[in-house]
Order: sequence, then C-alpha cells, then structure tokens
Amino acid sequence: MSTTFTLNGVRKTVDVPEEMPLLWVLRDVLAMTGTKFGCGMAQCGACTVHLDGNAVRTCILPISEVAGKSVTTIEGLGTPEKMHPVQAAWVAENVPQCGYCQSGQIMSAAALLAHNPHPSDDDINTAMSGNLCRCGTYSRIRKAIHRAADGGGAK
Amino acid sequence: MSAPSDQVKPGKDQESPQVMSRRGFLQVGTAVSGGLMVSMWLPEVARGSQMPSADAWKPNAWLRIDRTGTTFLCSQAEMGQGITTGLTTIICEELEYDPRKIKVEFAPADRAYDNPLMGLQGTGGSTSTKMAWNPLREAGAMAREKLLSAGSKVLKVAPANLVAADGAIHHTASGRSIPYEELAEKAAWLPTPSKPTLKKPDQYKYVGKPMQRLDAVAKSTGTAGFGMDVQVPEMRIAVVVRAPSFGGTVKSFDAAEAKAMPGVEAVVPLGYGVGIVASTYWHARQAAEKLTVTWNEPRGDVSSASIRGQWVKDMEGSGLSVRELGDAKGAVAGAAKKLHAIYEAPYLAHAPMEPMNCTARVTKDLCEVWAPTQSAGLSQYVGVDVTGLPHDKVIIHSTYLGGGFGRRVGDDFVRDAVLLSKAVGKPVKVVWSREDDIKQGTFRPASYHEISGGLDAQGNVVGVHHKIATPSILAQLLGPFIGAALFNWLPMGLKQGMGRAIAGGMAEKGDAQQVEGAADTPYVFPSHRVELYGRDPGIPLAFWRSVGNSFNAFVMESFIDELAAAAGKDPLEFRRTLLKDSTRHRAVMDQVAEKAGWGKPLPAGRFRGIAQHFSFSSYAAVVAEVSVEKGDIRVHRIVTGIDCGRIVNPDIVRAQLEGGAIYGLSHGLKQNITIDKGGVVQSNFHDYELLRIHEAPVIETILVQSDAEPTGVGEPGVPPIAPAVANAVFAATGKRLRRMPLSLEDADQPKPT
Repeated sequence: MSTTFTLNGVRKTVDVPEEMPLLWVLRDVLAMTGTKFGCGMAQCGACTVHLDGNAVRTCILPISEVAGKSVTTIEGLGTPEKMHPVQAAWVAENVPQCGYCQSGQIMSAAALLAHNPHPSDDDINTAMSGNLCRCGTYSRIRKAIHRAADGGGAK
Repeated sequence: MSAPSDQVKPGKDQESPQVMSRRGFLQVGTAVSGGLMVSMWLPEVARGSQMPSADAWKPNAWLRIDRTGTTFLCSQAEMGQGITTGLTTIICEELEYDPRKIKVEFAPADRAYDNPLMGLQGTGGSTSTKMAWNPLREAGAMAREKLLSAGSKVLKVAPANLVAADGAIHHTASGRSIPYEELAEKAAWLPTPSKPTLKKPDQYKYVGKPMQRLDAVAKSTGTAGFGMDVQVPEMRIAVVVRAPSFGGTVKSFDAAEAKAMPGVEAVVPLGYGVGIVASTYWHARQAAEKLTVTWNEPRGDVSSASIRGQWVKDMEGSGLSVRELGDAKGAVAGAAKKLHAIYEAPYLAHAPMEPMNCTARVTKDLCEVWAPTQSAGLSQYVGVDVTGLPHDKVIIHSTYLGGGFGRRVGDDFVRDAVLLSKAVGKPVKVVWSREDDIKQGTFRPASYHEISGGLDAQGNVVGVHHKIATPSILAQLLGPFIGAALFNWLPMGLKQGMGRAIAGGMAEKGDAQQVEGAADTPYVFPSHRVELYGRDPGIPLAFWRSVGNSFNAFVMESFIDELAAAAGKDPLEFRRTLLKDSTRHRAVMDQVAEKAGWGKPLPAGRFRGIAQHFSFSSYAAVVAEVSVEKGDIRVHRIVTGIDCGRIVNPDIVRAQLEGGAIYGLSHGLKQNITIDKGGVVQSNFHDYELLRIHEAPVIETILVQSDAEPTGVGEPGVPPIAPAVANAVFAATGKRLRRMPLSLEDADQPKPT
C-alpha cells in the first residue's frame, strides 16, 4: 500500500503494508537510523519523533496513521553543523553517555519546550518519564532542558 | 577537525580497515593472577616503529600519521563510559596534539590490542584507563620525540630549540612551524628512542582538565553509528526464534507459513533456534510469529525456588573456604552478642538500551563483522570458529555500543549473524527483540548468603562467618573453549584461565569474582571465615556492571550496619574503627559523609544510610537520603564519591558516578529476573523496570584528588548504592531489608533459623 507523508519537510511516498510501524519504515526502508529501536512496545521512548509537532512512539505507530501528516525525526531537528537549541544544550551539559536513547530524549524534550517554554521540574518529570536511559543521565537531561529553556546552548 | 563520530560511520558501507602487522608493535608479558586476570604489564611500545606503507606512518599500534591527518586508533569499546575521550586525551597529552582535533577510529581486532588485564582484546572490569595510562603516554611521547627529531632535520635547528605543541613542531625564534602530518614520512625512518621522556603532571594541558566528550555532538544529533545502524549493500535483516527455556534446541519446525510471508527470503535452522531472513526487521518479526517450532527442553524444570532450595541444602554441607582468619565459628559462638542473617540477590539482565545486534558479510574467503562488541578479540574468534577462515580473514569493525554493562562481552549475537550470512550468502544484520534479550540473554548470577557475626560486651566485632552460594561466570565463559580446535589461537588470558579451570575444576571450586568484596574486605575482623558454594544451576551468566561486588557489597555493607546497630554505635564511626589503617577508604567515606551532612538534622521524614566499597582498585562511598511513604521507598538525595587515582576527565568521572547511582538504584529497588519452567518470567521494560526520571534523586558527586595511577571508574560507583539505601530504610523504619530488590513487604520476612 502506498502512503504519502512529509518527513523533515520533504514529501515521501512509501509502498509498505499499512500496519508496518513508522519506526521500521524510517530505519529499514528509508535508511534514517537516528530514530532508535529499544523495546517495540512504547515502554522506553527511544523511537520518539514528532508527528504534527507532538512526541509519539514510532515503534507502535502504523504507517497508515502517518498518511498526510508531518514527521520530524532527530535528523530533521538539527544537524551537527546547525544544532537545535535542545541539542546544543545536550552537548553543553555533556548529557550523552552511550547515547542510544538520546535521540528519543531530545525529541521528547523539544516537544515539551515547544508547548511549554519554561517547564518546571514536575513538568519535565511528566513529559520525560516515558524515556528510559540505562546509563542514568537523568540529572543532566533535567539540567539541559532548563538550559535550553533559558536560551543557552553554549556553556 | 572532528570528533570520533565523523570517522566511525557504520551507516555507510565501510572499507575494510587495514589490519596492521603486530610485529614489533607491542609485547605483553603476562602472569597468572586469578582466572582471566593477568597482572604483569611490560609495555615495549617504543620498539620498532613500522616503516611507512601507503604513505602512512604508524609509530605504534595506536597512531597513524599521514599527510591527510593524525589518527588515534582506539582499542577500547565506547559504551558510554567516555573511553574514546579519555584515551584520546591521554595519548594527545604526550603527543602534543589537541584531543578535539585528532581523528579517532575504533581499532580493528588485533592481538596488538590485547588488554593485558584481561588477556584478550576486550573492554571490561573498569580496566581501560588503568591499563592504557602508561603505554599510551609512552606511545604519544615516542612519536613526539621522533617528530621533534624530524623537525630538527628539516628546520636545521637543534631539537633543544624546538617545541612540540598543538600538532606541530615550532621554532619560536624564527616563527617557523611544521605540522606533524608533513613530518611523518621523515620521522618514520628515524631511530626510535629507547625510553621517551614523559611530561610531569604540572605540564599537563588536557589531562585532569574539563573537556567536552568528543562524541557529544554525534550522540545529540542522531549521527553516531551504533551496531543497529550498520548498513551494508545487499544487506538483509534477520531475527532468530529462540527456545522458551535455557539450553533448549530445535526438535522440529514447520516453516511453510513463515516462508510464504511477504519479504521473507530464508528460514534457517540453527540448532539453538531458527533464523528468519527478510527485507526488514518488521517483515522478519511478522514471519517469526507464523513459525511453529517444537523444542527439546532439557532444563525445563528449573525455577527460582528450585535454585534457592538447592543452595540452602548445599549450605548444610561444607563449602570451599576462601578466607580463613582465626576461628570465626568459635568466636561467633562464644560472643556476647550474636547476629545471624540470610541475604539474597536475584539473577539480573543488563538491558542496555540498544538491543543485541550484529551484521556479518561472509564470503568464500572473507568474513567481515560489524559489531557493537566489548571484545573484538572474542568476536573475531567466533568468526573463525563458524567460518573456518584464518583469523586474519575475519575482520571486525567495532561500532559505538548502545550500552554494554558486560552484556556485550558475550558472543551470541555475533554467532547469529555469521551463521546466517554464511547460510544465505548475503550480508545479514541480526536484530534481537527486547524480549529475546530479557528472556534469552545472559545474566548477573543470583546469590544466596548466610552470614553471622559476634560482638563482645563493648560492642567490638569478634568474628564474621559468611557463606556465599553463587555460580562462576568464568567457568561458564571458558567452558565452550575447553577442547576447542582453535586452542592455539586463543588469547593468552583465556588459555591461562582454561588451564586453571581444567586443573582446578573452576566450576566446583570457584573464582575470585564470586567472593569479591567479601573475602577481600578491607574491614579488619579478629576472625573471619568466608565459604563458597559454587553450584551452577545453568542459567547463562555474564559479567554485569561491578560483577560479584554488586551483591557482596550489599551483604557486607548491610551486615556491618546490623553489627553497628547491635553495638549501639554510629554506622560511620563503626566503619572508621574497622577500617583502621585503610586511609584511602576512610578518606572518601569521610568526604562523602561531610558533604551529606552526616550526623546533622534532616528534614522531617528523611533518613540517611551510608556504605563504602572498594572495587576495581578504586575506593567509593555513598550516603543515601530516603523517606518511606505509604509503603514506598523514595530516594531523595545521593552523595557519591570516588578515589580513582589521577583523573583524566573530571566531568566524565562525575557522569559515571551519576550513572552508577541510577544503575545501583535500578537493581536495588526494581530489578528481578525470576526463573520458571527453565526460562525467564520477565520480558520487557514493563516487568523488568529501569529507574525513570521522575524517580531519580538529586545526585552530588565527590572526586578525591590523588596523584596515584588511574584506576577503575565505570563500575566502582555501583556497589555501595543499594546498601546505602537499605541502611537508610533501616534508619527510617527499624526494619532490615535483606533481599534485593528492596521491598518493604520483606520487612516481616521470617526470622532465619
């Protein structure tokens, strides 16, 4: 089945079964590997992207539900040369350890800040508790979100 | 220039790295010192720099300098611990090169990179900085001195009048400079200094100074290449359907329906499972659900209860004495006050965020493997074992690891990929589901402890008698190699470990890791006996961040607290007395206690607990601040400190303590792998939970300043966390929790007999 959607500002049409999750369309069909597979059941948040501006878990999101909508992945948020303020804050706070969960963490944080430019610690807990980090970078994630909210990327 | 990410791009079809000759690069002297550990290190990196080939100068195994740039070949796996940044900093300090400007590549599998503390090319045991500190400094200094000599010849100025700095040789008087890259070819032909002069610590520009992680940008922009992200032309994706219980094998299977599914290319029986090769992970997974397999399940009757029951029974007999100081049994029996307790810890999964995966491309005469592996050496061995190719035809491309924690020392995921690629004649990336890894991975061993202690009338310890039941990881790891056809090619450390296993019967007698943190405690007891009961129930085992320390510290530090309470003494002072002359143990504990406000008033409802633990040659201490509300343990604040000798990158050490605290809380409060019908009950993050951000306490870190040689960082922060929390719960409730994960429901557990 053919599905058309916007990916990082570019129209894409893919011919895959309608129940195929967006995660695997991104990773195995479109070779966009910044979005990660972690659990396959929306428990860890590693696969988080923005769907029309909202953070969603792509491992359980059928491609049919993406038709006509706009998807932003970590690659579309910013690049090493031109980072999004949340990414710049992540670098400034040295957040990543292994780094595998961080695409999802950053996408959740960017969605939070887009809706709530100055989140409290409780707001951060609510928005970020669906994103697991096995390396335990939570305190730096919290600091980086506050840093980005304060408009500071660079240290 | 650029961070490692720019050079490590498994997403692209990589060229095979040049496999360097080992000749003359490095010689490693080894001596057996317990299992795999080899203790003597004779770096001879200064010997025989290699002649230039293809215009590149390789002064030693770790450096390559040519006209396009200077590259550090990092032999250690980057799994989050920041080792690419740390080791780059060390070599650049002596080379006189800005660590942010040098190129970094992961080294290929080569015996030149054998970790002398492990006996093979591997990353684990918090050994990387410790083992690399001297050889990398010497490697950097040796190259620098040859570049100075080359600069002297080109500029026609005595070396004494030249300065090496920021990747170039400078003649200050004339203002002339030549980059290393332009001197490499000349330097290659110059004699190698027998013993290069190392910088003094007060000359350091990078070591000990704050510096951003070199991989931070790549890991914040989705551009870092993990094993999962590898793409090779013509690559297929595979999953493996695995047995429901450990040791299970395929009896028969019906693949008709699975083969008919869209995107499926092959169904491959593997003995221990059935591989499905398809166009995408999703197609392979869909087909896996249509596969019908009948299994042989030789161990289908094993359960957590049967394992525990057997260990309880074993303890009625006699164990292996691994520490015998005085007559502990007699001392406890005759003590004024006697304590006796049962402690337990479960099997645990590592659950790194990146599920297991590996990509292999096997042809008639070459086997290439792209792997997120903690041991390129073992991965190469698997390639040789499966393909029968000589080891120099098995090329290992290391990628970033989405977490390791010991899980990626194993070779199961590599074997899958090589077997499947060989079977279908195409490149194959095998991807494990989260369920595959939780149910059919490898595990931190469970343990069961019986411990008793005695106090005299003044509250002084007179003796401690500790019985530990837990299986040997090393015995399992070495088992498959015993009698292997490839014996002669095995890394030295494995051979030595095997020799010891065969001669000593390691499975029965045990290894040091089973009793680490208990038999070698720094506490000075007048009498002390530790016994090991090593029966292995056969659950697949692996090293797990801090290994035996992860349970032995829980037992020791909880029981010390029990003794302190029984003696009516302050837990900090009680420990200080028992640590007598252990000044570094006491110093880190004192600093942590001071920062935590030990002995000072707390907000209402908050209570403190303390623990200290020595592991991986480093000294660590923790104070936890908790409250107990509505039956829940809430951890509000952790103060965690380490003395790990000289610190290469302070922020990364702090990050490891922060992460170690979260890791310690996850297993202290949540994680439990239970066994039923020979398999694992849990399956994914809903029932094998990790701590989440809303549960994460404030974490404050202390780094003890030291000029001693660097020691372990990644693991030592983990062991004291759980006991510090348990001790705080005791302070809060008067109830002693002796089973992990800690649960207030255990507070009323039956009194041990």
